Amino acid sequence: METVLQPIGRAFVSGLETTGRLSIFAIMAVTYCVRPPYYPRLILRQMIEIGFYSLPVVGLTAIFTGMVLALQSFTGFARFSAESAIPNVVVISITRELGPVLAGLMVAGRIGAAMAAEIGTMRVTEQIDALTTLSTNPMNYLVAPRLIAGLAMLPLLVLVADIIGVFGGYLVSIYKLGFNPEAYLRNTMDFVEPLDVISGLVKAAAFGFIIALMGCYHGYNSKVGAQGVGQATTNAVVSASILILVFNYGITELFFAR
Amino acid sequence: MNFEAKTRGWPKIEIRNLHKSFGPKKVLDGVDLDVAAGESVVVIGGSGTGKSVMLKCILGLLQPDRGSIKVDGEEVVGMNGSERRRVMRKFGMLFQGAALFDSLPVWMNVAFGLIEGRHMPRDEAKAIALGKLAAVGLGAEVAELYPVELSGGMQKRVALARAIATEPEIIFFDEPTTGLDPIMSDVINELIIKCVQDLGATALSISHDMASVRRIAHRVAMIYNGRIIWTGAVDAIDHSGNPYVDQFIHGRAEGPIQMAAAYP
Repeated sequence: METVLQPIGRAFVSGLETTGRLSIFAIMAVTYCVRPPYYPRLILRQMIEIGFYSLPVVGLTAIFTGMVLALQSFTGFARFSAESAIPNVVVISITRELGPVLAGLMVAGRIGAAMAAEIGTMRVTEQIDALTTLSTNPMNYLVAPRLIAGLAMLPLLVLVADIIGVFGGYLVSIYKLGFNPEAYLRNTMDFVEPLDVISGLVKAAAFGFIIALMGCYHGYNSKVGAQGVGQATTNAVVSASILILVFNYGITELFFAR
Repeated sequence: MNFEAKTRGWPKIEIRNLHKSFGPKKVLDGVDLDVAAGESVVVIGGSGTGKSVMLKCILGLLQPDRGSIKVDGEEVVGMNGSERRRVMRKFGMLFQGAALFDSLPVWMNVAFGLIEGRHMPRDEAKAIALGKLAAVGLGAEVAELYPVELSGGMQKRVALARAIATEPEIIFFDEPTTGLDPIMSDVINELIIKCVQDLGATALSISHDMASVRRIAHRVAMIYNGRIIWTGAVDAIDHSGNPYVDQFIHGRAEGPIQMAAAYP
C-alpha cells in the first residue's frame, strides 16, 4: 500500500511546490516590471526578437490555416448548400481561436525555448551571479524586459496573423472554390465583430506573458550542465504550450459563455 | 592569525560560525575566517569542499543557514534590497569561468558595473574600460570583439578588467588560474598582484593551484569538511605540521583526506 501511495503523495507535494515557486516568481517578475531601473534598449531588442523575427513563422502558420479552413468548410458545407457561410466560419475561427492559439504555440516553440536556453546558459556559466555582483538585479535586467516585450508583441503578431489568415481563406475561396471576391469580403466584414478580434488580442497578451514567464522561470532555475539547460528548454516549451491551451479555454469562457 | 590581522589592519571581512547545507549535505559546517584590510587570503581545499559556497554566501548569492558575516564591521547576512546593493559596490569578483556576458562586446562587459551600477555616461565608462583593458594587457582592438571570439586566457583578463573596473575595496578570485596553461597562469597571477596592489584592495581567493597560491597569497586558510582547519602565513605552509595541509599541497592520494570516488 505504502509503495503505491508514496509516489502519488510525492508527486502531489512536488506539484504544489512547483506551483508555489512559480507563483512567487511570477509576482516578483511583475513587481520588477514596474520597478525601476528600466532598460528600454533591452525591451526594444526583445520586441524585435519576438515581434519581428517571429513574423515569417506566424505568417506561414496563419496563411495555411486560413486556406485549409476554407477548403475543409467547403467540403462540409457544400452538402447542405451552405457555402455562403465559409467567409464567416473563416473569420470567426481565425480571430477568436486559431490566430491567437496557433501564433502562441509557434512563438512558444521559438521564443520560449530561446529564452530558457539563453537564461539557462547564463545561470550555468554564472553570468546571472556576475550581474548581481555588478549591482544589477537579474530580475530587472533579464526577466522584466522579456515579460514586457512578450506582453506587448504577441497582440501585434496575432493582429497580423488574423489578417493573413483571413487572406488565406480568401485566396482558396476565390481561386479554387470560385467565390465572388466582393461578396466574400463584404460577407467577412459584415459578420466579424469587434469583440471577436478583441478577445483574440486579449488572449494573445496573456499568451505572450505566459511564454516569456515560462522561458524565464525555467531558464532561471536551470540545473547545471548541458543536460540541465536542455531540460529547462523542453520544460519551458511544454509548460507554456499547455498553459496556453488552458488559459485559452478560460478566457473564451470569460468572453463568450453566457 | 590575530597577529597577522593586527599587523595589516582592521578586519575587512569577519566570518563567524557560518553554516550552509544543501538538503542533507552539509557544505559549510561552522566556518570562521578573518580577512584584514589590504591582505590577500587564499582559501585552499579540494573540489566540493565548499570554497565557492563560502564566497557566494559573502556576496549574498546564497543565503547561509546560520552564522555571521561582517563587512567593515557591518552584518550582511539577511541584508537585501538597496542596503545589499550599497555593500555590493565594495566588491569585485572574478568568476571561475570568467562569466562574461555573451551578448555584449568586451568593452561593455568591462564597463557594465560603471554604466548599470553607477549610472556613468557611456562615453566616460568606455574610456575607463579601455584603460582597465590596457592595464590587463589588452589593446583597444579587443574592446569591440565579443567574448566568444576570445581565448580562455584573454577571457580571464577581460573578466579581471571587469572585476577591477569599479575600483572595488574587496576583490574575490574564484580559481583564477584553473583551465589556463602554466605561462598564462603566471601572467594572470602577476596581474592579480599588480591590480590588488594598485587598488590597495583586500583580496579573498579560492584556489587549488599551489603555484598560484604561493604567488598571490599573504595568508592561506585550508578548508576541509566545511571548516577552516588551518590558517597561517604563506611561508608557513610547508611546515604547517598539519597532515591535511601537507597532503593537499603535495597532492598525494595517500593521507588523512579520503577522496570519495563518487557522490552518493
